[in-house]
Amino acid sequence: MQKFSTLRAVAAPLPMVNVDTDRIIPKQFLKTIKRTGLGRALFFEMRFDAQGKERPEFVLNREPYRKAQILIAGENFGCGSSREHAPWALLDFGIRCVIAPSFADIFFNNCFKNGILPIVQPKAVVEKLLDAAGRGANAIVTVDLEKQEITGPDGGRVTFEVDPFRKHCLLNGLDDIGLTLEKEAKIAAFESKQRREQPWLYR
Amino acid sequence: MTAPRTLFDKIWDSHLVDQQADGTCVLYIDRHLTHEVTTPQAFEGLRDAKRKVRRLDATLAVADHNVPTTDRSKGIAEEESRIQIETLTENCRDFGVELFDMNDVRQGIVHVIGPEQGFTLPGATLVCGDSHTATHGAFGCYAMGIGTSDVEHVLATQTLVMKRPKNLRVTVEGALPVGVTAKDLVLAIIGKIGTAGGTGHVIEYCGQAIRDLSIEGRMTVCNMSIEAGARAGLIAPDDKTFAYLKGKPRAPKGALWEQAVAYWRTLPSDTGARYDTDVTIRANEIVPQVTWGTSPEDVAPITGRVPSPGDFADAGKRQSVERALGYMGLTAGTPLRDVKIDKVFIGSCTNGRIEDLRAAAAIAKGRKVAAHVHALVVPGSGLVKAQAEQEGLDKVFTAAGFEWREPGCSMCLGMNPDQLKAGERCASTSNRNFEGRQGPGGRTHLLSPAMAAAAAIAGRLADVREYQR
Repeated sequence: MQKFSTLRAVAAPLPMVNVDTDRIIPKQFLKTIKRTGLGRALFFEMRFDAQGKERPEFVLNREPYRKAQILIAGENFGCGSSREHAPWALLDFGIRCVIAPSFADIFFNNCFKNGILPIVQPKAVVEKLLDAAGRGANAIVTVDLEKQEITGPDGGRVTFEVDPFRKHCLLNGLDDIGLTLEKEAKIAAFESKQRREQPWLYR
Repeated sequence: MTAPRTLFDKIWDSHLVDQQADGTCVLYIDRHLTHEVTTPQAFEGLRDAKRKVRRLDATLAVADHNVPTTDRSKGIAEEESRIQIETLTENCRDFGVELFDMNDVRQGIVHVIGPEQGFTLPGATLVCGDSHTATHGAFGCYAMGIGTSDVEHVLATQTLVMKRPKNLRVTVEGALPVGVTAKDLVLAIIGKIGTAGGTGHVIEYCGQAIRDLSIEGRMTVCNMSIEAGARAGLIAPDDKTFAYLKGKPRAPKGALWEQAVAYWRTLPSDTGARYDTDVTIRANEIVPQVTWGTSPEDVAPITGRVPSPGDFADAGKRQSVERALGYMGLTAGTPLRDVKIDKVFIGSCTNGRIEDLRAAAAIAKGRKVAAHVHALVVPGSGLVKAQAEQEGLDKVFTAAGFEWREPGCSMCLGMNPDQLKAGERCASTSNRNFEGRQGPGGRTHLLSPAMAAAAAIAGRLADVREYQR
């Protein structure tokens, strides 16, 4: 997994609530057996028309947002299906950080597994960031994970919360399978106890 | 004396392998269901790291999302779908995972076959790379959807790394009126608490109306927990649960069965157990529901009208309602019963089980699908299909003008040939009405199987109670 430390990048405003995973990446792109190459599918129906031409009004089709690495969005971002293709598509497009007032649980979790930092901020802060991000070329936002701090284009700073374990994994680019397997003895002990107490769960 | 605990607390506590000081836990997973869409990258990861599947006896695979629901004897025409299913077959063969392939009579939607096989059990933890895994909570099984990285994590370690979610209790007091089903109930709950109402929580559904539901009705309710933002829904196991599971192929047998039931009886929440959040709904106030927008919370009684953006206080919601009405091609103030439909889809992990088909058939019997409507009935599994055919339901449907199909996810998400065309309007028993969900530009109205059958006959959204003799 790609490490995440400090990100200084263009932030794109997407002021919509309940952006669901079908909207982030529609089902026709879930037939892949790979994790990569899904950037072209990101927000497909909002980004492209029926002929496959870019919709000029959509934010990621405009400069400087084509190079956005931060997305600012409305409440309940990532609701719907468990498809990890949603963070894969964001990552492949170049988005490393999403800031919103709230996220759906599975999407939120999936982001951390892919080096993407989802940040929850109060609605008022998100509104300010949306406004700042709307200012085009000057919409540069800095996200410092170590300090847990966002700096807006005007130099204004806000702090954010992040789970310490997830922060550690992001800062160091750690996948958790390896970490969990270090607890093999505990897992094995759990299994032998459970097999004794609830033998019907084993065959 | 330990403090009174909820059903969820009991399951969580009994599956803790490890807990760090910051609350990060390693939770043991008893059951893992897998399908073709969210596993290829997970198996690839195992292969790259030279890891094995830790518990083959706890892992089961089935192809469902991509399978065509028409004649499959010549295989799958669409190349990407075929490759994804072939990849699942190869991965199951290489790693030793049991697979119900497309031609197995036990094949079906992953959330229909788990309970049907007795793979789903009370008091257990169950995961699947699909958000509708919440379905299995109907058995008092802590079941949730996970992403592909976590699928790989569970395959390799039989555990998940997570923090303890909160407890949300939804109490449904009283009895549901005649003509009002589990689907109407869960849509009404989502309408009340919103699509983010359950975020960060496990929902336990309680109260008389929940106890009165059949096991299949309970599955419908738990299935849509994710549409209320909760990764998992739970219902306390009871005699109905045990009766449903007894004799199922993978359920415990003999002395083990007795031992298991004795344990399962200890699972219901203790009196005085604490919930972080409480919501109460009165069952007798619910009328058949239908969605009008592009979020499951955009729901109204069939007796109602399409709302106007101005009806909503929140600015963000007003904007999304405006967009939704445009997408749905609806005008504020239109009575929902005047909304003309083009397609009807009866099926999915929400409503593709035998009782759902019986409820739809009871309305369809002796009637005809409106001439302009194309209606599909897709059983949730091969076993549901066989049971329905034994009861003659297929004949009822085909005589009324419905198409009778092979089992699979079908038009719920259109990863297979069953899709809406742009602008087509569908009365659907599935779970999501998102933009493009059933096909790009397609318009979805979520409702119950009986309501879907009534809509097929009326050619527009209809109040099923007018069709019930």
